[in-house]
Amino acid sequence: MSITYNYSQRELVNTKNMNRINKALEQDKKLLSIYFTAGYPSLNDTAKVIQDLEKNGVDMIEIGLPFSDPLADGPTIQESSTIALKNGMTTTILFDQLKDIRKSVNIPLIIMGYFNPMMQYGIEAFCAKCQEIGIDGLIIPDLPVAEYHEQYQKTFEKYGLINVFLITPQTSDDRIRFIDSVSNGFIYMVSSASTTGAKNTFGDVQQQYFERIKALDLKNPQIVGFGISNAETFTQATTTTKGAIIGSAFIKHLTNEGVDTIDKFVGSIR
Amino acid sequence: MNYQISEKGYYGDFGGAYIPEMLYPNVEELRTTYLEIMNEPSFKEEFNQLLKDYVGRPSPLYFAKRLSEKHNTKVYLKREDLNHTGAHKVNNTIGQILVAKRLGKNRIIAETGAGQHGVATATVCALMGIQCIVYMGEIDIERQAPNVARMKMLGAEVRPAKSGSKTLKDATNEAIRDWINNPIDTHYIIGSAIGPHPYPDMVTRFQSIISEEIKWQLAEKEGRENPDYVVACIGGGSNAAGTYYHFLEEESVGIIAVEAAGKGVHSGESAATSQLGKEGIIHGCKTLLMQTPDGQITEPYSISAGLDYPGVGPLHSHLYKTGRGEFYSVTDDDAMAAGLELSQLEGIIPAIESSHALAIFNDKKFKPDDIVVISLSGRGDKDLDTYINYFKL
Repeated sequence: MSITYNYSQRELVNTKNMNRINKALEQDKKLLSIYFTAGYPSLNDTAKVIQDLEKNGVDMIEIGLPFSDPLADGPTIQESSTIALKNGMTTTILFDQLKDIRKSVNIPLIIMGYFNPMMQYGIEAFCAKCQEIGIDGLIIPDLPVAEYHEQYQKTFEKYGLINVFLITPQTSDDRIRFIDSVSNGFIYMVSSASTTGAKNTFGDVQQQYFERIKALDLKNPQIVGFGISNAETFTQATTTTKGAIIGSAFIKHLTNEGVDTIDKFVGSIR
Repeated sequence: MNYQISEKGYYGDFGGAYIPEMLYPNVEELRTTYLEIMNEPSFKEEFNQLLKDYVGRPSPLYFAKRLSEKHNTKVYLKREDLNHTGAHKVNNTIGQILVAKRLGKNRIIAETGAGQHGVATATVCALMGIQCIVYMGEIDIERQAPNVARMKMLGAEVRPAKSGSKTLKDATNEAIRDWINNPIDTHYIIGSAIGPHPYPDMVTRFQSIISEEIKWQLAEKEGRENPDYVVACIGGGSNAAGTYYHFLEEESVGIIAVEAAGKGVHSGESAATSQLGKEGIIHGCKTLLMQTPDGQITEPYSISAGLDYPGVGPLHSHLYKTGRGEFYSVTDDDAMAAGLELSQLEGIIPAIESSHALAIFNDKKFKPDDIVVISLSGRGDKDLDTYINYFKL
């Protein structure tokens, strides 16, 4: 049984003040995006990590707002979230840490977090604060596309925020097309049926999935996440897509080497 | 007022399916098929047969004469404690294993806190010859050794949840992660009236056998189908949902929910979600849950492991918000006293969860001719250690 959605095709209205995400996606290269958990390894590392990532040529950053019960994440990111929360991280502190970030950083910044902390902050207040700081988009794994479309899309758009949706190898073509129609930045392609975490290589199943998505010829570019950990998986993931996101592997690097050798990590990817 | 689930999966403001996209195909498959499956004549026949011959239903509706005299009202106990495996949990696991079979699933996962739902799941998996993996918090594994042994004896694999607080909510997180990683062959048997739609409704329907039986049993005994009150304890709220279900639209029937106050509602060690919770998202549904002002889910406390959950099912949030349900909270001490009282007045040792419902008499005075039906959701065997330590037996 398929569901009929009530939606209309939309285009980004204001091209003059184009969102940094859309600008980045127009570049003629494969984008490297890095996820890290805000407040990890230490509470006040957030700004330094962002600045160093940009300095070393990363194209886009996902700032993880830590949550006590991160369902879609594997052990590495969950552990980093637990530690960040123990360090005292809160939504208010994160916004405070980021208040001057646009004085030094120009690449797109996306907040990735679960829906409950945003609800408690107040969705409209959260979006307004994001716009004030210069956040370009949000990734909220547990906010489904239908709920977003019906209840929250207008608010997100009022504050110029791009909401990014996930698709997986199990997502049907119909649903991918619906997600494509509601999206106005990129689509986050989850590489396999899994929670987050590093894999060594992509197999035939992933390659078929990449080909299937390519053939759909979607209006939004795709960026692959989950299981990207090194130069090899980055290259594989970006053959048919616009870019890739690395999360757990970078968190592991921070765990092992701290925040002073970010150049080494980024250099190992490309 | 409507207390049924809406087409989109909400009870009033509560419910929905706030799940990562990775879970969407599984949940969607269930959403689009569960009612159809449950309404198939062959399903109903198999379900009812198993409830009768395997679970031992109908469970008695027992007039508790001495308890009634003590509290000067007419008390009936719905004896879910006499079910196979010792609690109401098996009503739901029988139903869900039959759904899983019809969906072609050959691997079952479940979460458990005290181990009752884990045992009920391991039981039906053994019955059907299906692989069973139960996630249980590492701390709960230590404190519930007999139930861990039961699950193992039934052939289930018990996997420790080592993340977060290492208790029920973390076991639930791990089970959800397992489902994300095994999207094709696996069915997740949720044990309470929580989770993404359609779980709260599906679990409620399977448990609604409780109120269905109360109706005809009470008609036999009292010449009327509707009591004045139905009383149940609430953690996630599955026995309560089943006890209330056929009375929700009967406005003459008072609905009473008893939560665990732990060491006191405002002691910092409590699980009284309706009193302490705020609207938010937990395990895939919008409902009342205990959380920090920043939206981090907090760890509840109750002496009863089955009530030790930071959220409450979306139906119950709706009953609370609309005022359809009267909510009370009972401390550890009052629950233990009520458990001892039932043991010595009626010769029935209740589960500590059910003891919370039995402690309603401290807070609510009933009239002498009121008919009060209390769900005795489980038996106390599993809690013997706790009773021994508490009463220095």
